[in-house]
Order: sequence, then C-alpha cells, then structure tokens
Amino acid sequence: MGLSGLEIYKLLPKKNCKECGPPTCLAFAMQLASGKASLDACPYVSDEARAALDAASAPPIKLIKVGREPKVLEIGNETELFRHEKTFYHPTGVAIRVADDLSEEELAGRLEAIKDLAFERVGQRYEVDLVALECRSQDAARFAAAAKAAADRSLSLILISKDPAVMAAALAVVGQDRPLICGADGSNYEEMARLAQEHGCPLVVQGDDLDGVAELAKQVESLGCKDLVIDGTAANTSKTVANLVQFRKLALKKRFRPFGYPALAFATEEDPMAQILQGVSFIAKYAAILVVDAYRKEEVLPLLTWRANLYSDPQKPIQVESKVHEVGDVNADSPVYLTTNFSLTYYSVESEVEASKVPGYILPVNTDGTSVLTAWAAGKYEPEDIAKFIKECGIEEKVNHRNIIIPGQVAVISGRLQEASGWNVLVGPREAAGIPAFVKAHF
Amino acid sequence: MAVEILKDRYGSKVGTLTIGNGPAEGGTRTSVITVGGEGTLPAYHFEGELPHRPVIAMEITDVAPDWNPTLLEALGDVGSTTAWAKRCVEEFGADMLYLSLIGANPEGANRPVSSCVATVKEVLAEVGVPLAIVGCGDEEKDNELMQAVAEATAGENLLLGVAEQENYKTLTAACIVHGHSIIAKSPIDINMCKQLNIMITEMNLPPERICIDPTTAALGYGLEYSYSIIERARLGALQGDKMLAMPMIATVGHEAWRSKEANVSPAEFPGWGLQETRGVLWEAVTAAALLQAGAHILVVRHPQSAELLRNHIDQLMVANAY
Repeated sequence: MGLSGLEIYKLLPKKNCKECGPPTCLAFAMQLASGKASLDACPYVSDEARAALDAASAPPIKLIKVGREPKVLEIGNETELFRHEKTFYHPTGVAIRVADDLSEEELAGRLEAIKDLAFERVGQRYEVDLVALECRSQDAARFAAAAKAAADRSLSLILISKDPAVMAAALAVVGQDRPLICGADGSNYEEMARLAQEHGCPLVVQGDDLDGVAELAKQVESLGCKDLVIDGTAANTSKTVANLVQFRKLALKKRFRPFGYPALAFATEEDPMAQILQGVSFIAKYAAILVVDAYRKEEVLPLLTWRANLYSDPQKPIQVESKVHEVGDVNADSPVYLTTNFSLTYYSVESEVEASKVPGYILPVNTDGTSVLTAWAAGKYEPEDIAKFIKECGIEEKVNHRNIIIPGQVAVISGRLQEASGWNVLVGPREAAGIPAFVKAHF
Repeated sequence: MAVEILKDRYGSKVGTLTIGNGPAEGGTRTSVITVGGEGTLPAYHFEGELPHRPVIAMEITDVAPDWNPTLLEALGDVGSTTAWAKRCVEEFGADMLYLSLIGANPEGANRPVSSCVATVKEVLAEVGVPLAIVGCGDEEKDNELMQAVAEATAGENLLLGVAEQENYKTLTAACIVHGHSIIAKSPIDINMCKQLNIMITEMNLPPERICIDPTTAALGYGLEYSYSIIERARLGALQGDKMLAMPMIATVGHEAWRSKEANVSPAEFPGWGLQETRGVLWEAVTAAALLQAGAHILVVRHPQSAELLRNHIDQLMVANAY
C-alpha cells in the first residue's frame, strides 16, 4: 500500500541538497517508499507535500478506541480481505443492546447479566466488549441514569440516540469514559460532531445508503471529527454484508478515505438465535463492531468463540504450556498421556480424557505448536527429547507407576522411547476420540 | 457523494455438481439438487452470479446412533431409518439426506453388506430427495460396502463417500460404472485436496461428479483452518484452478456434536448456559461460518439448526446489487 518511490519523488523539492543523507531526492524517495527513512529528515518539504504524504502513509482503516483504561476496545487498522493472506488484527467488538425503558430492576438485572458474559475455555478468556444502550424512553434523564448504571458496573458503552439533547445528557455523566456515540445522520450531524469533539468520543456515521454514509463521513470530518465508525446496517442481512464488504474493499484497494474507518453492524433479526447467525456472517465479513440483542450465555459463547477462531493468527499456532497438566481429581495411579503443545491437539486430548471419566495427567511436548504427525515428520518428536521432558517435568514425583500412553500415530517411536526414558510405553489410539474406549479397556 | 462500487471480476467460476436423477435420467428421485456455478464469493450478488443456493443435508444413520439425548429427543424416533428419513424431509425440510452406514462397522454392529444395501434401498423408496451415502470408516468393509451400494443404486446419481488419498480407486471405479458422484476428502490441506481431485479425474471420473470434503473442524476446535481452506479453494476456483473448483461439502453435525461445548450440562459448566440452545448453536454457527467461506452442502443433525440455516441462507440469497 502507500505511494511508490516515484510518486513520492514528485512531491519532494528536487533540490538534491543531500541534507537528508541520501545523495539525491530520488534516492530519498525510494527510502521513504520502503519505510527506511522519515520525511522529517527533509528540511525543505512543503506543507502541501507533507499533508499529501501523511495521508498516503496513514493506515487504510483508522484505529479507533472505545472506552477507558483498563478496558479499551481497539478496532480498525486492518490490512487484509482474507485472514489467510496475513491475519485479522483487532477482533470485532461485540455489543449487547439494552433499552433504557426497562424498569430499574430489569435494567440492573440485564446489566449484571452482561457483565457476567465472560467465558473460560481452552485456556482463553472471552468477553463481551460493550453495552449498546438505546434511548427508547425519549427521556434524557432516564437515558443518562441508565448510562451511569452501566458505567458504575465498569461496562463500556455505545450510546444510541438521534437526539443531541438526549445524547448531551448522557455524555455529561459518562462522557469521560469515551463511549461510542451512535450516531450522526443527515439531520443531527453538526450537533453530534460537536458533542463528540467536546467529550473526545468516537462517533458513528449513518446514512440511508453507501453514498449517504460517504457524504456524511466527509461532512463530519470537515467539522474536525477524526474518530469515526461507519454503520453498514441495511434492511436485510444480504445488503448489510454487501455494505461491509464495500467498506473494506474500497478502504483497502482504493484508499477511499470516507470508508477508512472501522464498520459497525446491527443484527436485525427478531429471534436471538437467528441474530447469532447474522452475527457470524457480519463478523466474517469485516464488522469491527457487532450489536446484538441476544444476551444469554448459551447464545453469546458460540458467537465469541467464532470471533476468537476467525481472529486467531494463521501464522502463529496457539500453544499450551509444556508442563504436567492435571485433568480431574488425579492420584498417583492415574494414567499419563503424551501429546504435543499445539492447542488444538492438546485440547482434543484433554476433552477426551475428561470424557473418559478417569482422571489423568497430560504431558504436552513442546513441538512449537505443531500436531503429532507434523511434529514427528519435522523431527520435533524425537524419543530422546521426549524422554528428557518426561524426566524434567516432574511427573516421576507425581505417579508411582511408569506407564505412558503415546499417540497411536507415532507408534513407531515406542521402542526407542522406552529405552531412552525407562518408562513402559503403551500405544494409544490414533485419534483422541478413541481415548475413552482405550481407557475402558486398559484401566 | 456518489460511491463507485468496487466489483472484482474473476476469470472463472466454481464448477457445478448435480445430485439425483429423476425418471427421465434413469433414476427415481422426485427432486434433484444442483450446487455451485458461482462467479464470486458467497453472498456477493453485487459483483457476480450465484445461480444455486447452498443446501442442507440432514444426517441419518442405519442403526440408532449414540447421540446427545437432547438431539435425539428433537429428532423423534431414530430406531427406524426410513421413518427418520421421512421426518427429515417432510417435517424438518431437508434438501437432501446424508446417510452414514455406521452399522457396518466391524467394531460395532457389524451389519452385513446386504443388510446395509437393503437399508439404502428402503430409504430411497421412502423419500424422493437425493442422497449422499458414506461408509462406516473401516477401509476394508467400506470398499466392499460402497461398491455394493453403488451397484444397487445404479442410475440414481447419488453422492458416495468417502474417497481419500490412500483409498479412492475402488469407489471412483464404482461411481464411474454405476453413474454416481463422489466425495473426495482431504485432511484440511489444500495441496492434498487438489492432488486427490487430480488422481480421481485421471481415472476418468469427470470433475462435475466430484464434491470436495475439505474436512470440517468444529467451532472452537480449529474451525478457522477449515474456514481458510474453503475460502482459499473458492478463490482458487474463481481464479481458474479447475482442480479446486468442485463444490464443497461440510460434515458439520458430526464434528460440532463431538465438542464438549455442544454436550455438557449446565450442572457441569454453569457458566456456559443451557445445553439445548448451546448445542444447536454450536452446530449452526459452525455451519454459518463455513457457508461464508464457500461451502455448498451443509450436513447437520439437529432440526432446529437446519431451520436456522435455511432462514439464514434465504437471507443471504436476497439480491444486494447497488
């Protein structure tokens, strides 16, 4: 992305003064293009050229922050259309919508339920990021009180109202927590932009269609608002997907500035489960913020799991710590399983050991996060290294037997492992799914 | 301000696959299914053609399966394969069925080949939708079994599986001789996927009779790997790679219902909410993600996930050109 050396050269003073270091302006331009030099080194560059070069070197999608420390949501700054090309960087912020016209008790209950939406699985923690508080009461004081109730529970906010007076009332209470203001449209953008600037908050820009969003983004920018989120929500799922895709493609491939911001989408289905599927599609197709009404644990856990999967870095397999892991209420007679530290491999084994109802120890050998066969093929599953790990990990102090179950796919190493470690090697099933049957037969 | 819509143009299209033959073509199916043919990514109506909608196949088995009790309750009586098949089509709206002949497994019920073939014929007599039929996973038994199934259903143009790199010749030959299409399965690896398609087409089964099974990993258990393989294969197809251009099948139900998250009760994991809904969504979310990547046939088990997905596909098939 960015400008080529020649394009940059055209904007330079062409004095060849050498004060920046390189012998010519062209050489300096080439260094700028490859990121090896900074424009600050040139004493003669015009303001006009600087602005043009800054704009060209800005990320195609701006990084936007919502909320205050310690819980700041960062969205945007994405560079890819497909995760396999590099990675997606900033996971979609998931927001649960709550109306301010609930009774005080209902509101408190809902906010508590949202605060409780945090999940531990496979050694990771998933959380909901935001409460999207919508003003339906048309009552500024009530909206502000509801916002305060959320802020008091350390929940970050999206504030939803078209009425600048209502928005101002809430911002007076929670403005310092950098909520996302939602939002500016053709009827209110001047006042909303002013509120956003006054409180230093990001602002959602909404239009009837893509032309409307682009026009309004330009207008709001010209008023000095630089932290924007663009709303892609349309009347149906398909059009919302199309809008989100256009935002992303135009920002990345055409550097279309009005769409150079993270995108937001509302789930519009009635049924909460249908909303979750909409959410899956919107997350897949570049929504930086997703707003749903669904708030039950069994609905939100699958959604957040999908987000975690999509945003995992394809270049870095997730690993677990290479140490003795205990599953269940283990004792000195519990079986010992060998696997690798690739998280998918490890957790497949762990869940099957759990399913077997026989507590056990799992030893994940450090294979740089590769699966059993890959590790073995790459020479990262050598019996001598495994024997060393068995000695050093402390398992010998925890059990009074010396039997280790190895993955069936590497049965070939059993002889050498037995020799190197002094442990009796049992060849386990080829797939983790076979563990419960294996345990039943052997323990 | 007028936004200039960005439309990517691709040089090629995804291939098509038709499953099922009606009486005119020498079969007995009352409905046939065609998938594939897309000239762009899923739901990108604004830049290309999406002539056929993705379909939902519901999985049934020849002997009562050992599935989650809440799933079995939603399905009703699964003791009779034919009654189960009929319910999937008439009540649950399945576009097609995916019959797993798990009863053939020598480690399990070890049903004789002739009994399995009889089950296949009963299901064909009971329902008019096209079928995918797969063996039990025991290589030796499956070679014998699927050959017999292919022969007994000659002319129906069913989708038979599964061919894998180590074992594809017998099934490929049977599909050629008896007029069926084949499921070509590779282990989440784009090169192996392509290689298998090349080997099968070299035996003279035409590409339009191959369906890719890229191997499905469930939500939370490597779904992103399946997602990216399917997405890469779709892009490959659009860029003209004929050996990645076949439509794709995702065996979602089998994988999703193996995960802990689909099955454990709130008593065991109070922080994860109700199991009934969680299980359905574990399956439906896995499927919806793979749908966005470019899968064509979604194999699911629960009637409610089938319904959720049908609705979602309806929504995604709405035109969205500007």
